Amino acid sequence: MLAIALGLIACTPSQQPADEAPVQRWNLPEVIFTEDGRPDPSILAPVQILHRGNGTQPQGLDPHVTEGVPSSNIQRDLFEGLLTRAADSSIIPGVAERWEVSEDGYTWTFFLRENARWSNGDLMTADDWLFSFRRIVNPATGSRFAILLNPILHAEDIIAGRRPVEDLGVRVIDDFTLEIGLEAPNPLLAEVLTHSLASPVHRPSVEAHGDRWARPGTMVTNGAYMLKELAMQSHIRLVRNPYYWDNDNTIIDEVFHYPTEDLSAELMRYRAGELSWTYEVPNTQFNWIQANLADELVVGDWLGIYFFGFNTTREPFNDPRVTRALSMAIDREIITEKLTRFGQRPAFAFVPPGIPGYEPPEPEWAFWTQQQREEQARALLAEAGFGPDNPLRLEIRYNTHEDHRRISLAIAAMWQQSLGVYASLINEEFRVFLNTRRQRAVTEVFRAGWIGNYLDPMYFLELFFSDNPQNDVGFFNPEFDRLLNRAARAADLEERLSLLREAEILLLEAQPFAPIYTYVAARLVKPYVRGWEPNVLDQHPTRFMFLLRQDPVEQRVN
Amino acid sequence: MLPRYILKRLLGAIPTLFILVTIAFFLIRIAPGGPFDEDKALPPEIMANLEAKYNLDQPLVIQYFLYLGSVARGDLGPSFQYSDFTVNELIAEGFPVSLRLGGSALLLALVFGVLIGTIAAWRQNSRLDYALMGSAMTGIAIPNFVLAPILILLFAVYAGWLPAGGWGGGQLRNMVLPVIALALPYMAYVARLTRGSMVETLRSDFVRTARAKGLPEWKILGKHSLKVAMLPVVSYLGPAAAAIITGSVVIEQIFGLPGMGRYFVQGALNRDYTLVMGVVIVIGVLIVVFNLIVDIIYALIDPRIRYE
Repeated sequence: MLAIALGLIACTPSQQPADEAPVQRWNLPEVIFTEDGRPDPSILAPVQILHRGNGTQPQGLDPHVTEGVPSSNIQRDLFEGLLTRAADSSIIPGVAERWEVSEDGYTWTFFLRENARWSNGDLMTADDWLFSFRRIVNPATGSRFAILLNPILHAEDIIAGRRPVEDLGVRVIDDFTLEIGLEAPNPLLAEVLTHSLASPVHRPSVEAHGDRWARPGTMVTNGAYMLKELAMQSHIRLVRNPYYWDNDNTIIDEVFHYPTEDLSAELMRYRAGELSWTYEVPNTQFNWIQANLADELVVGDWLGIYFFGFNTTREPFNDPRVTRALSMAIDREIITEKLTRFGQRPAFAFVPPGIPGYEPPEPEWAFWTQQQREEQARALLAEAGFGPDNPLRLEIRYNTHEDHRRISLAIAAMWQQSLGVYASLINEEFRVFLNTRRQRAVTEVFRAGWIGNYLDPMYFLELFFSDNPQNDVGFFNPEFDRLLNRAARAADLEERLSLLREAEILLLEAQPFAPIYTYVAARLVKPYVRGWEPNVLDQHPTRFMFLLRQDPVEQRVN
Repeated sequence: MLPRYILKRLLGAIPTLFILVTIAFFLIRIAPGGPFDEDKALPPEIMANLEAKYNLDQPLVIQYFLYLGSVARGDLGPSFQYSDFTVNELIAEGFPVSLRLGGSALLLALVFGVLIGTIAAWRQNSRLDYALMGSAMTGIAIPNFVLAPILILLFAVYAGWLPAGGWGGGQLRNMVLPVIALALPYMAYVARLTRGSMVETLRSDFVRTARAKGLPEWKILGKHSLKVAMLPVVSYLGPAAAAIITGSVVIEQIFGLPGMGRYFVQGALNRDYTLVMGVVIVIGVLIVVFNLIVDIIYALIDPRIRYE
């Protein structure tokens, strides 16, 4: 038996035996909604338990301390902010029923629901919010993302330990009215407040259990779900919070979030029916998925950019002609069509599309043919003093990963073919790579990516603010800094966006990076999972989802 | 005699473990990057808050002595990566899973490995021998990360008999595939070792004498030869047991199992200093213990060896 099994394994070809997979045919009812917009009970599955693949093991569940997409996904089910997001990611009232912004734009007043409760039945009041916001900015909390609250009055000083937490510009007017004062008018404060960091925490639990409150049995939350089980590296199980103010409209009773680090293994578990929602899809299996699961593959634009940075503190990358030439010579379509493959879009600007009211300013050469770009690139490089007699030599550095290696190889080949540039590739382990990149001492060209947490171009552009510690390309332009500073204080949204667009134009002229493509979120979802929509933030709260009834399938083809 | 011997060996292990902890502590700190480095860099003030929270702002030597002190008290410290847990808790949750998986796999590997090896030696140079040893070579050569997905594809995706992943609280059906995937390479190795030493034993004088006396074949094989032939297998089992029951990162990731193996690799990648150190200590202790067990078993089956 062993010999047979081993023999069989030895004979299995290296590629996936694609065509033999069972073709699943779904028999699902037509989706009907009742008058109040809810799915008709007759179409729902009797058991409403959702199984979601969720990437890596989340760092933890305390929304103030943790970071990362896997944590945030679960926190969005567990907590509800003052404001929250609908299935299509538009901002909707959360615990605050409505809010007002003062005329000068400095004060936001939130009117809280009187029926909002914690999962243990405690009433939620404005004091809970005061406690929570102070906890985020308190240096003792060690919150990694606290700077997101920088727009709030004195937050920056408190985080840096220069002021006591009591100075934070958050004020309780009465039990159900909360006031937030700002450093400067910020029309996009609402975006910040929907971030999972700005979730409330239950004071008595935190005070009783300290750093260890966010565990089953002691974790009190205010969202549609509450924590039932937390099995490290196995699963996190959430059940309905009976005290949630909108519990009547929640349909899914339980949701399991599974860590799924191995993409191929995640795909197997999906195919075996153990997951109904994957975190990602392995792009090495693109062909197989296209052939067999095309109708379950869901791809949507995601607010993120993949780019190659140039260390502009070093020669010759301080010369915009060189960086522009290098950027122009990259044939982005080859990369998105042959390498990444899941519908990523070639990028020519830095801020990805999808932010309402903001049109990323693509440079003129974005509309040229690749041949025109390459001609121009050669001319620019020659102008900068590089040519066949004096070829440019450079190093491309990336963190060890198959995708980055393939893209770096492709770009090196493009540069060599069209510009005669000699590029050598260096890979480094992730944290070593982050360190080298940050030091700006040895890097020349390096791979990078940036994903937006909310819909604000500032989140992308401030990366190149001169004193941003993350300014790995070493970009410095006082005019750019000035535009960002002005945008940060603009009370009017349109004005803010137009200043930011002006700043991005400056940035793209200097081209201290080569934008390559904008991200997509690609995942497999069983057709019976409904009530969600692809959106650029790739946020999908379970609260709006529901599972359709599955009727017997007439024939099952094997 | 035996208890004193064990005590002596265990006391002798303390300096070894101390050196291990010291080297591991400084080695991981030399690696560039820290536990709080992420794609999105932390502002210096926040980095300072975090480092203060975890004592990382102290000089390295002070941190070292603080760490030694807490290890001596049995406290392996908080995990940097999984902020809600201490390293003790992570190991306490992960180790039993790895132990069950690894223990089952080891048992499976041992029973079938010895059986196959014995049969192959008994029918030395026959077709059966070649078939068994050929399979064993294949078993050694095929890495886990190839074998495991194939098992999942066959038995979970196509046949639907077993789950494709997950621990399910340690149910038998969740354990079958990972245990097989984990056991096969060990089983193959044990089979080859057994065959090798069995072939040699079967040629020795006492076996010839036994055969001459007309003892039944099963008694010669099962009782007299196997005991002697087991010596190399036992010495292989010591380190193998320590490795297999501290978990396999590959098997755990592919099957989505909550074992301890991945903490070693992930801890290192995340620069989760305390977690890596905790796992190093557990593995170190286990190796000491298993080597001790091997030595004791050796003396039990080989009358030429005595405790000193």
